Amino acid sequence: MPQPAFRFIAQGCPPAVGRPRVVPAPPSRPPRPCRGCLLFPQRVLAAGASPGPFPLLASMEFAELIKTPRADNVVLHRPFYLAVEGTLCLTGHHLIFSSRRQDNAEELWLLHSNIDSIEKRFVGSLGTIIIKCKDLRIIQLDIPGMEECLNIASSIEALSTLDSVTLMYPFFYRPMFEIVEDGWRSFLPDQEFELLSSVTNEWRLSCINKEFSVCPSYPPVVVVPKSIDDEALRKVAMFRHGSRFPVLSYYHKKNGMVMMRSSQPLTGTNGRRCKEDEKLINATLRPGKRGYIIDTRSLNVAQQARAKGGGFEQEAHYPQWRRIHKCIERFNILQESLIKLVEACNDQSHNMDRWLSKLEASNWLTHIKEILTAACLAAQCIDREGASVLVHGTEGTDSTLQAGHPFQQRCAQSAYSNSKQKWEAPVFLLFLDCVWQILRQFPCSFEFNEQFLIMLFEHAYASQFGTFLGNNENERSKLKLPQKTMSLWSWVNRSEELSKFQNPLFEANSLVIWPSVAPQSLQLWEGVFLRWNRPSKFLDEAHEEMINIIKYNKELQAKVNALRRQLAEMETDDRMQENL
Amino acid sequence: QVEQVKLLDRFSTSHKSLTGTLYLTATHLLFIDSSQRETWILHHHIAAVEKLPLTTSGCPLVIQCKNFRIVHFVVPRERDCHDIYNSLLQLSRTAKYEELYAFSYNPKQNKSEQVKGWQLIDLAEEYKRMGVPNANWQLSDANRDYKICETYPRELYVPRTASKPIIVGSSKFRSKGRFPVLSYYHKNKEAAICRCSQPLSGFSARCLEDEHMLQAISKANPSNRYMYVMDTRPKLNAMANRAAGKGYENEDNYSNIRFQFVGIENIHVMRSSLQKLLEVSGMKGLSVNDFLSGLENSGWLRHIKAVLDAAVFLVKAIAVESASVLVHCSDGWDRTSQVCSLGALLLDSYYRTIKGFMVLIEKDWISFGHKFSDRCCQLDGDPKEISPVFTQFLESVWNLTEQFPQAFEYNEAFLLQIHEHVHSCQFGNFLGNCQKEREELKLKEKTYSLWPFLLDEQKKYRNPLYNPDFSPELTLLEPNTISFNFKFWRNMYHQFDRSMHPRQSVFNLIMNMSEQNKQLEEDIKELEAKIKRRNGQSDAVLVKEHQQSAHPAPMALKTPPRFKKEQPLIPVNDAVRTIEGSNTADNRYSEFVAEFSKAEPAVVSLEYGVARMTC
Repeated sequence: MPQPAFRFIAQGCPPAVGRPRVVPAPPSRPPRPCRGCLLFPQRVLAAGASPGPFPLLASMEFAELIKTPRADNVVLHRPFYLAVEGTLCLTGHHLIFSSRRQDNAEELWLLHSNIDSIEKRFVGSLGTIIIKCKDLRIIQLDIPGMEECLNIASSIEALSTLDSVTLMYPFFYRPMFEIVEDGWRSFLPDQEFELLSSVTNEWRLSCINKEFSVCPSYPPVVVVPKSIDDEALRKVAMFRHGSRFPVLSYYHKKNGMVMMRSSQPLTGTNGRRCKEDEKLINATLRPGKRGYIIDTRSLNVAQQARAKGGGFEQEAHYPQWRRIHKCIERFNILQESLIKLVEACNDQSHNMDRWLSKLEASNWLTHIKEILTAACLAAQCIDREGASVLVHGTEGTDSTLQAGHPFQQRCAQSAYSNSKQKWEAPVFLLFLDCVWQILRQFPCSFEFNEQFLIMLFEHAYASQFGTFLGNNENERSKLKLPQKTMSLWSWVNRSEELSKFQNPLFEANSLVIWPSVAPQSLQLWEGVFLRWNRPSKFLDEAHEEMINIIKYNKELQAKVNALRRQLAEMETDDRMQENL
Repeated sequence: QVEQVKLLDRFSTSHKSLTGTLYLTATHLLFIDSSQRETWILHHHIAAVEKLPLTTSGCPLVIQCKNFRIVHFVVPRERDCHDIYNSLLQLSRTAKYEELYAFSYNPKQNKSEQVKGWQLIDLAEEYKRMGVPNANWQLSDANRDYKICETYPRELYVPRTASKPIIVGSSKFRSKGRFPVLSYYHKNKEAAICRCSQPLSGFSARCLEDEHMLQAISKANPSNRYMYVMDTRPKLNAMANRAAGKGYENEDNYSNIRFQFVGIENIHVMRSSLQKLLEVSGMKGLSVNDFLSGLENSGWLRHIKAVLDAAVFLVKAIAVESASVLVHCSDGWDRTSQVCSLGALLLDSYYRTIKGFMVLIEKDWISFGHKFSDRCCQLDGDPKEISPVFTQFLESVWNLTEQFPQAFEYNEAFLLQIHEHVHSCQFGNFLGNCQKEREELKLKEKTYSLWPFLLDEQKKYRNPLYNPDFSPELTLLEPNTISFNFKFWRNMYHQFDRSMHPRQSVFNLIMNMSEQNKQLEEDIKELEAKIKRRNGQSDAVLVKEHQQSAHPAPMALKTPPRFKKEQPLIPVNDAVRTIEGSNTADNRYSEFVAEFSKAEPAVVSLEYGVARMTC
């Protein structure tokens, strides 16, 4: 769907502030949004003040899981900070650490769902818990008393691996902010389709999937070529893996070409075909033009898929389409890649050779390059070749999203999520990393900044919002997420939050952007992978200074214009007097 | 002049090319393509010319430059190619200093400007700034006539207690006579960085004067009587040197010294490391893993880290322990220069200013006899003497600027421009191997100094984020040298491969904006003054004024004047064509500014980067 990206509220611009100033740096990264919900040490001004909206300490569901709700004299260790002593509390969804120091009270709120793994160690009666978070942070808590420590560890373990989605924090979270716009209604298909129908009438909205009856993993409303009726769509769905029939993903206004997404065709070994499927995708081509099918599997894998009933589009049946195989890795390979990369980044003792070889062995940047390359290819087909593109892999749920991401749009699409399986295939993180790479190469072409991407990364893994829960629209609607949870977009779409995520250098332009995917042009995303492993004070301060220069520039320009106007008015007045 | 020459895109996989005309001038090679874009290459910048086997479209000619530009021409006729090849070989190999560009380069400065230019950097002034001479350190006239050490400058600072016989004795015990002298004095800590070459100790030789010399250095520091002796070589290399009658200090013979190896490899290792790095980065269709393993195998970043680690060690000794440090390697002009200058840069914020950086290079590199001529191959000489030691220094500084974006007054363009001119032989500063040689060449009369030119165009080299009060209480920088902090310097090794650069440069934007802010501040002052004046003006004056000037009065009545939305920006971009002779192509940074400014590339090469379509 041609989504107009992320909508920033028009008046959401931050007011210009005075001359560049050096602002005392926050403890590490810029302060995190939303109090208490995220993973950041919160400085609470009055010692002991409650940081805001909190669920009852332990709802009934969790009471039995929390064996020791509170421990005193706990010492918190974090890289680049002095150890702090304080009190540890466990609630149904949070681990809360608060230091007792009067002068500089500090609280750390950690969502249990952000906890990826915990380790225990004992030296005498002093227990140590090492908590590894999904946002890649690692903290250590020293807890006096073996029993307390064991209790706390097992409670955390239980609370961080809750089975039921409905026990997750988003179902308990009650926002304290004023909702300007309900994020659940921010990106409705009908509205988006209106935008589309203003430029073309070749497409229609189909409600064929209303009750998720045709394709359980598709949204209820999809955009398909006008000439294809619902009956044909049903037949096409039978021919595609998981019934994910080709639907519109992106419409290129410049030439009317489109990107479609689907899953693999079920050709099987005997080369089954489906006339409706052929007709559907052919309907997107201009007379005499060819289209491209980008298969995100290698030719080998695609051929092997035939044995399991899957397959790929045969040339004979799709003569107007050229098939290109662009292998993008999936699942455990990506997962392993991430694990290796994080391991490499977390080990500070590596010498140069070891660091480089670990970075290489993780293959993470290779995956980034593959995905960017496939995406550039799709964009090139559409923009330069004037051809429509169909992108699919096997199920059409993972790589399709990325490869299918057109650069013109440059914005995070409403993400889909694999919920708890997420961690096992960091597809979304890869996608964000790719966006970050492009953002680095085109720093003026994005309305959002790096913080926005990092925020999405955090919320995809652990959040108080329901946006990333569930695996598809079907599940989300069964969970009644819009009714029972708050949308991330409701929170983000407020000027005070938006301003944190806006790129001051942004200048809208509708040109297609072509990033370089040369290895020399790709970089490790330090904002995510080295975030907790190096002090960032100097970089943050420099960034702040940069923003100040930009703000100051705007302010000066406004002032000069105002003065000019004033002067000109005076001149006009003078002339009038003169004429009198 | 050869027409119909093709310039190939270095990384293109589909032989994309520009067609144009190739010219050879006395100093430059010039290529003008069909759209009149010029590519200038200074003959001195040419590191290697290679003729590849004949192809159907002509004879390929590959030119590698010392500033890491690589151009790939295809000349239609083999004869022409052969002629160009031979001419370039001759032109790029200079036999005598007097034939270098600097001796013919004429920037239209008059004599007094030329003299003033050379006086811009005054090292005596610099030592005064550090606080010497003082009670413990004095200027020695021992080397006034280059009698003790030919490769040292005339003016040397030594401990007051080091008498002439001690100096002479010590110099005889040091390789090439390079005895321990002051490189940097830390006023607050009263500790010194000293430099020298390796001792001629062999397996057992000792020299009382040399031992006294070191003692004098440690005694010159009232805060700590222990001093460090840093041998910047790997231990193995130092031990091997003993067989040749050289070696390192025996801790037992010297009182109060702590001896330490820091393991920076020699010039030959560095040369081949860079060679490997360039081979990898120049590959077409390079994969991420090939790049990373190539980077690893080249060892380049490992060497950069070793250099910076050594500097950090030095700085800790001074800043934490207030101990003086004596630094040496073999001859004390390569690794020693790297470590001493980087150490001083970390300790003293002055060297992080534009002027200060020039002083630092003049002091630790030029005056102390880093062999620029040999290392940069200014004259046709021994290829084994070539080594990117100074490049490594610049790269280390660049790494620091990445870690401390607000600590440096200068930016990356400044470092690149200096690198450019170290090899260009366009200015006299870097010619020759030592001061004595430079005096003999009469460089100050016959050539120009680079520094005034860089100062003139310093707008281009200013870091808009620079904060002079950065870490106010101490000017010390404490870099983090964990491996992941070292990055491949794309803008150095691919500065001419624009397809690899970000298409929009935040840095340039901020730089322009920061300049513009200054202009706007001026404008505001001016406008405010005008308004004030106007308010105070009597009608009579007004009328008079208007009679003189304003004619189109009627139109002003109806419509309020239109305001230009933006005040014209200061044309930072095109204002600077300062160094004559180095045309657009040489000063590629100004080109970048134009290119990188916000405009989106209308036509971008799809060849590289964007995937090739294979079906």
